[in-house]
Amino acid sequence: MPTETTEYNAPDSGGKAAAAAQEFETEHLEVSMGPSHPSTHGVLRLNLELDGEVVQKCDPVLGYLHRGDEKIAENMTYNQFVPYTDRLDYLAPLANNAAYAMAVEKLANLEVPERCQAIRVVTSELARISAHLLGLGAYTMDVGALTVFMITFTEREKLYTLFEELTGARFTTSYSRIGGVTRDMPDGWTDRVMVFCEEFLPLLDDVEALLTRNRIWFDRTADIGIISKEDAISYGLTGPNLRGSGVDLDLRRDAPYSGYEQYDFEVPLGENGDCYDRYAVRMEEMRQSVRIVRQAIAKMPGGPFYAEEAKKIYAPRKDKILTSMEELIQNFMITTEGPDMPAGEVYFEAENPKGALGFYIVSKGGGVPYRMKIRGPSFNNLSVLEKVCLGGMISDISAILGSLDFVMGECDR
Amino acid sequence: MIAQDLKAALQESCPDLEDRDSLDWPAFNCPISALVDVVRVLKEDHGYDVLTDATAIDNGVAASPRFTVVYHLFSSQSHTYTRIAANCDDDSEPTAPTLTDLFKGANWMERETFDLFGIRYEGHPDLRRILMWDDYPHHPLRKDFPLAGFENEISDPEIAANTGVKVKPAPMAGGPFVAQQSCFESKREPVAKDESWNEQNEKPDS
Repeated sequence: MPTETTEYNAPDSGGKAAAAAQEFETEHLEVSMGPSHPSTHGVLRLNLELDGEVVQKCDPVLGYLHRGDEKIAENMTYNQFVPYTDRLDYLAPLANNAAYAMAVEKLANLEVPERCQAIRVVTSELARISAHLLGLGAYTMDVGALTVFMITFTEREKLYTLFEELTGARFTTSYSRIGGVTRDMPDGWTDRVMVFCEEFLPLLDDVEALLTRNRIWFDRTADIGIISKEDAISYGLTGPNLRGSGVDLDLRRDAPYSGYEQYDFEVPLGENGDCYDRYAVRMEEMRQSVRIVRQAIAKMPGGPFYAEEAKKIYAPRKDKILTSMEELIQNFMITTEGPDMPAGEVYFEAENPKGALGFYIVSKGGGVPYRMKIRGPSFNNLSVLEKVCLGGMISDISAILGSLDFVMGECDR
Repeated sequence: MIAQDLKAALQESCPDLEDRDSLDWPAFNCPISALVDVVRVLKEDHGYDVLTDATAIDNGVAASPRFTVVYHLFSSQSHTYTRIAANCDDDSEPTAPTLTDLFKGANWMERETFDLFGIRYEGHPDLRRILMWDDYPHHPLRKDFPLAGFENEISDPEIAANTGVKVKPAPMAGGPFVAQQSCFESKREPVAKDESWNEQNEKPDS
């Protein structure tokens, strides 16, 4: 009996798709992502050109948060501008305040006391932890890991309680002054910071256990958004994004300011420059920040928390103003004309959570800067987007944006 | 010491290089025609491989040369900065050469300077406004631009159709602080400028 043979055609989806691609012309789709999109963290808009799900072109549109901070700075005294620096990187206002104050102190050639320097180091590092916690939480939430966000936000809340106790404000702290800080640390504050550090490290390990060897997290971030070493330098990237690409550069160690040279810490580096490396660098940076905070508190120097000899720069204490004629006059002059500054140009950069925050001040003397350029690290960090998004999938964009960890406040200024 | 060495080395490629007053890092004034060469020498021979900042200064409406472009270069090896400044030739339509061939990051920084100062970068691949919207007519960081801004029409046809032909922004009440322009700059006392609508200053018909 003859048997009928049936021919089995294996499904050849790849071949059919290739044939279909020749038959149909694909049309590029233009998508405007943002300015209010959950993964653009603020008001960034991306004009995307998509071929299916593959990004063919990415054109970031900025300026939705442009307030003209540089113009405002030209029209007010140095002291009046301190609150505006809160609004640059509004996730780490303490670090911005300190960076701005140090830039103006460099112009005035003013040395602040060691205690003030140590307080600035402690507050800047705590600000770094809080900024990284928020950046990490938002980053993981964008790629679907909601639990991490809950943990990091709870920890950040504890930090904000500490900031409130120190400065009187949770968010916009305005803590630094030219030549010092507004007030000394309250009694027992450093102990509470130490308690926070103690409790924080195990939680960071928990976060790491949730993410570092997590298959889904790894698939979403590893080998995504690779920035080469050369590109990172050429685009002017700074901070964790630069170090994630393996460039060994940290201004706290390489161009120390505010007494950072006394503290012992390591600078974590990535290898591939992908989204996963940038995450890993930030995780390790938080641990190193805790290390710096502990060292700074352990050898917290005594003495004044502001430069007492800088009578024409740092406004006198309130109790003195009402009892002493000379202090009253100083306060009046500083309030009306601003601090007394020499003419000249300075450029100062501090290693902030997002990267190097720079201030270029052109002074012609007196209390008002002639020109102040603010170099926001997020501006340069975002300029790499048009290259790094190319050829990736549209769902990678939220991972890339999260890993670049930008703040539009300092990008648009 | 280092500044002197650097100056001598740079003068080989640009004899007109001069020292610029600076309170911190080595700073040089160079003719704008030699700017790209000087920056290239700094980048390739002296390790200044990061362009951290590119900006400009408006020296005042009456000053000539009016616009100065300023660049800060950083060396990732020696961890020092250097500042290069060049005066733009034309006061009314200033131009400068682009550094985008040397640093990719210069693209956005020059777009920003173009946006806020109106300096045209010759050879720039994509010179559009970056912070202000595309058809904004002014350059806000010029010294003749007032802090309160100029009233200008929003030309978006969609907005204009919904809100009337001309959109008047609400005036500022109380702040921000505004300084008098007439006196010497360093002696200007910032005062709150009150522009709120009241009996003396009635709300305009729009």
